[in-house]
Amino acid sequence: MFYREAGDFSTTYPQDSQTFPIKFDRYRYYVVLAIAFLVLPFVMNDYWANAVFVPFLIYSIAAIGLNILTGYCGQVSLGTGGFMAVGAYSCYKLMTAFPEVSILIHVMLAGGITAAVVTLFGLPSLRIKGFYLAVATLAAQFFLVWLFNKVPWFYNYSASGQISAPERSVFGIVVTGPNTEAWAKYLVCLIFVTICAVIARNLTRGTIGRTWMAIRDMDIAAEIIGVNPLKAKLTAFMVSGFFVGIAGALFFAVYLGAAEVGESFGIDKSFLVLFMIIIGGLGSIFGSFAGAAFMVLLPVLLKNIFVGGLGWPTDLAAHLNFIVAGGLIIMFLILEPHGLAQLWRLAKEKLRLWPFPH
Amino acid sequence: MKLTTLTFAAAVAASPALADLVIPDLSYRTGPYAAGGIPFSDGYQDYFTLLNERDGGIGGVPVRVIECETGYNTEKGVECYEATKGEGALVYQPLSTGITYQLIPKATADGIPIHTLGYGRTSAANGAIFRNVFNYPANYWDAASVAVKYLMQENDGSIEGKDIALVYHNSAYGKEPIRTLEELSKKHGFNLNTLAVDHPGQEQKSQWLQIRRERPDYVLMWGWGVMNQVAIQEAANIRYPMENFIGNWWAGAEHDVTPAGMAANGYKSLNMNAVEDMPVFAEIQATVIDAGKNAGDGSNLGSVLYTRGMYAAMLTAEAIRKAQEIHGVDDITPQQMRDGMEALEITDARMEELGMPGVGPVFSVSCEDHGGSGKGLVQQWNAEAKTWEVLTDFIEPDEEIIAPLVKADSEAFAAENNITAGCS
Repeated sequence: MFYREAGDFSTTYPQDSQTFPIKFDRYRYYVVLAIAFLVLPFVMNDYWANAVFVPFLIYSIAAIGLNILTGYCGQVSLGTGGFMAVGAYSCYKLMTAFPEVSILIHVMLAGGITAAVVTLFGLPSLRIKGFYLAVATLAAQFFLVWLFNKVPWFYNYSASGQISAPERSVFGIVVTGPNTEAWAKYLVCLIFVTICAVIARNLTRGTIGRTWMAIRDMDIAAEIIGVNPLKAKLTAFMVSGFFVGIAGALFFAVYLGAAEVGESFGIDKSFLVLFMIIIGGLGSIFGSFAGAAFMVLLPVLLKNIFVGGLGWPTDLAAHLNFIVAGGLIIMFLILEPHGLAQLWRLAKEKLRLWPFPH
Repeated sequence: MKLTTLTFAAAVAASPALADLVIPDLSYRTGPYAAGGIPFSDGYQDYFTLLNERDGGIGGVPVRVIECETGYNTEKGVECYEATKGEGALVYQPLSTGITYQLIPKATADGIPIHTLGYGRTSAANGAIFRNVFNYPANYWDAASVAVKYLMQENDGSIEGKDIALVYHNSAYGKEPIRTLEELSKKHGFNLNTLAVDHPGQEQKSQWLQIRRERPDYVLMWGWGVMNQVAIQEAANIRYPMENFIGNWWAGAEHDVTPAGMAANGYKSLNMNAVEDMPVFAEIQATVIDAGKNAGDGSNLGSVLYTRGMYAAMLTAEAIRKAQEIHGVDDITPQQMRDGMEALEITDARMEELGMPGVGPVFSVSCEDHGGSGKGLVQQWNAEAKTWEVLTDFIEPDEEIIAPLVKADSEAFAAENNITAGCS
């Protein structure tokens, strides 16, 4: 009824090729943005920022990055944790070496450095694919963690091997370090998420995205119709690396404030982000957000229900958390193998016909 | 917004009707480090329960412990910190060096003290820079020095030319002692070889193969959680002489040695608290455990880490008492708590009075020194009797080496974070 293409006429080419062709979708998108930018910063407190929104936004960027590589281009990667560590450590080195340069620039540069590193580790993808590529990226994960542990230059020779983010501000507002206001933290992450998501969305809709998807669907066929696999695969690694690097830099500088490579960027982080895109939906930007929300919010929600609401012992709640989260993941994968994004797509299909499905 | 209502409901349900002293307990009862986290948390909570049941709290104000599961994970630790700090938390005891590093800047900005008993950031002993962080009664660099001093005693005053290997958890925790040991190796002329074990520490075959090949005279270990049990088993497998294998005080509890059975006989470890039976245990048994008010299953009473958790709670309770005394109010604020911790003095008479004679060293805290005495003792596992036997008195660490290191590291931190040192 209200969700339909009919009656919405495009009179120019830009109108015809816009991201959200349906009017309702477009308004929904503006409403979400308006709430995120104009309402939430004013009601943000430390708990909501640090336990819910900031990790959700940062993991969303990482999930978008991995989704470009795995969901759009079909190259499985188990190195996300290590690649986030590259972003974090390059951000740390830049922050401490050039304190006068804006942190926002450092975060983007960290993304660039990560893009270079990821492209390097993407080179084997030209020869191997599937499980073999997964193992190669797994090696990258272990190598990078080992490297950041082994070479003291990366952590400025500190006694403990920890890196900690010094205080930096943007336009006079502190955004890293302990004195950061909750809303500032949230807004910095939100700005990066919005820009990243818009870039990712438009990349995947354009020529580059189509070459990625062609490679994913069948690389030989893609090559025959004129897609250059070298270029397609390496751009996917590069763009993915850029996003994952930004996520790593924000994760360290804005969210945690201090990090240790083995603990913060270990193999479980790689799996966590991979689960996010599998549950959210491979090859979908919305899916990246949905998956990140699911994996970040569910444990916090369950913990608050079990311990805060019902007053159960913390160890029981923690174990139940594993069971419930694991059970839900399995249930989702059985009932909807294409993830939350597919549920969303089905809902939209239904909505289009509603209330007269026949 | 179901979550909002829930958290709100939880906050309302939990909000106190009367004044109380809020102590968050960031514990971990799950994951690879739970074996150490459970007894410590049990001891920590049970002592406060004892004070509530027996004395009606501290200075007449009941203590409310909020437990929050971290799983030894820094992200969950941050979540726990944010969730509990609004309740009026007086002091944090994270029992994790990684979480401590996270919380030092946050808690300092929020004005809440942190107590890291024998762990955390060693240079926080310099209280002029780390105003809100306390690591009394001892820290890792003290432990490294005490271990080396003990080896000197064993070898009639000289360990020149000896080979010492350090098996350490590859994290901030395990890396802390390396710098001190390097300095000590220069001073005393021994050769140091470091072997890193990655989280969680179940895979140590290659490290112990290297030890088997090189046959160092002594092996020191900075381990925690499942890593300790595996290391002791591996040492037994290569028939490394157990009496030359010394763990630090986080690698010397019953659950670390029992899995290896008789093979663990003779394993040594440091300790910063005594391990004998104390009158306070009977009181806890009667007032807390028999009444069913214990935090865990009650089976850990009297174990090494239970005692240490209880010791930590005792130091906290004494600091609260001190703060109440200084400021003349019963319901203290985190800032007043900090003052209490800074003025803390533990004497033999006071420990005796509390029913735990000789549980730890005698020490006093001042603004310049948040580190306490730094003394530690050496204990040895008797697998036959299943008890730890204390071998030495409390050994004084080598301040000549540690003080300059603490100064250098804390000043680097101050420079990085624009802190001006001062005690005012």
